[in-house]
Amino acid sequence: MNRLLLLPLILFVVLAGFLLIGLFRDPHEIPSPLINRSAPDFQLPQLQQASATFSAKDMRGEVWLLNFWGTWCVACREEHPLLVQYAKTGVVPIYGVDYKDQRAAALQWLDEFGNPYTLTAFDVDGRISIDYGVYGAPESYLIDRNGVIRFKQIGPITEDVWQNKILPLVKELNQ
Amino acid sequence: MKRVFILILVLVSLTAPALAKEAKPVEDPQIEQRMQALTQQLRCLVCQNETLADSRADLAEDLRKEIREQMKAGKSDQEIIAFLTQRYGDFVLYKPPVKATTYLLWFGPFVLLLGGTLLLYRYLKHRREIIQDQPLTAAEHKRADELLRG
Repeated sequence: MNRLLLLPLILFVVLAGFLLIGLFRDPHEIPSPLINRSAPDFQLPQLQQASATFSAKDMRGEVWLLNFWGTWCVACREEHPLLVQYAKTGVVPIYGVDYKDQRAAALQWLDEFGNPYTLTAFDVDGRISIDYGVYGAPESYLIDRNGVIRFKQIGPITEDVWQNKILPLVKELNQ
Repeated sequence: MKRVFILILVLVSLTAPALAKEAKPVEDPQIEQRMQALTQQLRCLVCQNETLADSRADLAEDLRKEIREQMKAGKSDQEIIAFLTQRYGDFVLYKPPVKATTYLLWFGPFVLLLGGTLLLYRYLKHRREIIQDQPLTAAEHKRADELLRG
């Protein structure tokens, strides 16, 4: 009988445990089904040169970082100086997709804050961002030599993410 | 009073064109209805407690447009749901699919109900055993008689 009385307490502790774990998880970070899948291919005009195109296929054989951004995105502004800094190290080439944006505003932004991108593609209606499942800009995808997405960062890349997640993975993928 | 009324009328008529701009012309009511019904069951990823039908987030707007276009292209609801889950995962579905990782979610409540029923049954059985009437002994009868007589 006494053991039976303990049951509600045990159930409560289990429930509280689940809720406690939930406190430390970010509900906005939804695991992407695209991890370890082929990066969706696309062909987009370049930002700087509307007549030239850029395709994800062009990047076969290289480890690269694909960063979705826009001048309308506040968190991108926060991330931008870090990207500029990381691009200078030359560890991994960063390619940008400027989406749902205006060309002039984007060019001005790059002039003003520096350009970390080897190349920027221009996705005017955001169609490609839907293919990549982007929902919280900025988002970044680390893509391996075979064109497979190996890591996705939702929201701005931070120093912690760069040092502890992206850099080790880039090293591993380049081996 | 009449003047105020006219003024209000004029002001309302001035705002009418602005309001008209908000609602886009419905091209195909049938597709619109299908789109509405489908997006009611889908979660917006930006405002996570809103459906794709209700959300005013930019992404929801774009996805509604995408769904509309795919419906016009003759895609079935199932194909459109597959398109979305390929990109955003099962998270977009308000009704999660039944699979190994969701068994606990789907069947957990029934397991709890069954467990509770078993516990209740055992408890009631046990209780009946405890409170079963036992005939009084002769000595107890005597004492009770004495007490009643006062």
